[in-house]
Amino acid sequence: MPRLNLTPAVRSGLSISAAVGLYGISIGALGVAAGLSVAQTCALSLLMFTGGSQFAFVGVIAGGGTGASALAAATLLGLRNGVYAMQLEAMLRPSARLKPVFAHFTIDESMANATAQSEPDEQKRGFWTAGLGIYLAWNTFTLVGALAGDAMGDPARWGLDGAASAAFLGLLWPRLHGRDPIAIAVVCAAATILFIPLTPPGIPIIIAAAVAAGVWAVQQRTATQ
Amino acid sequence: MTMWGWVLFACAAAYALKLSGYLLPRSVLDQPFVPSLAGALTVGLLSSLVVSNTVSKGQAVVLDSRLFGLAAAALALKVKAPYIVVVLVGGLATAAGRWAGLP
Repeated sequence: MPRLNLTPAVRSGLSISAAVGLYGISIGALGVAAGLSVAQTCALSLLMFTGGSQFAFVGVIAGGGTGASALAAATLLGLRNGVYAMQLEAMLRPSARLKPVFAHFTIDESMANATAQSEPDEQKRGFWTAGLGIYLAWNTFTLVGALAGDAMGDPARWGLDGAASAAFLGLLWPRLHGRDPIAIAVVCAAATILFIPLTPPGIPIIIAAAVAAGVWAVQQRTATQ
Repeated sequence: MTMWGWVLFACAAAYALKLSGYLLPRSVLDQPFVPSLAGALTVGLLSSLVVSNTVSKGQAVVLDSRLFGLAAAALALKVKAPYIVVVLVGGLATAAGRWAGLP
């Protein structure tokens, strides 16, 4: 009988899936509260499947915005997934046939849980455990939230937002040995804080990626001199 | 356009963005510097995700109980706690702050 191999990537993927998946309750509740039907709210989780964009779409509709501005806000927030996809394409090298499938499961957590691993097989396991695990949990809890509405209360009360910060820190931590990665982490953290108030949500992460590439270029030049 | 139209349009746009990154030519990715750059991008993206998940509320920088969660998670990592414990401790410390009446 095949035994489920609980490698570090699988363990962290399952932990993230539980914490983040539960958050689906809030997008479910908010979607219905904004005036979307239960089916439309669930369609967002099934087909868009990128939390930030979903919250943006629903948030604009809830505020009385048009469908066009909801589309624009969601798309702006989804830009970072294109950056993640490039990163995953470089590391995981999916076959042409599987690329459309990889694409759908490309989100913050699957990118983070894949790229935080050092060995190629672990990177793949990391991607799929987080991607599929969150997909299952996120969609289940979106439906629960959409049906139960506001009765569930705010998941922030249970500290799930803090669990998400902890989950990303746990993936970053093992990479912080040596001067170069620490310098990149610090500069990117500072750039993110600086740009949160200046740009729409989701954009500071793209800026941080550009800043990381810049610091990396300087480090390469210094190393070869 | 109906609301269904906008919902499906937005889903298609999100998917197109996700797919675009996978269509980079392999010749670009086979350059010798790519693994090192990918490593740097990973650290930068993770660091940015930590910060934005901890202090952002829309476009505002907000200091609230999530900071307790982050600090508690850092302590757990310092004593080499398993990953699931790090995530749990982060959630519990955040919840504890909120139960204590902090934002």
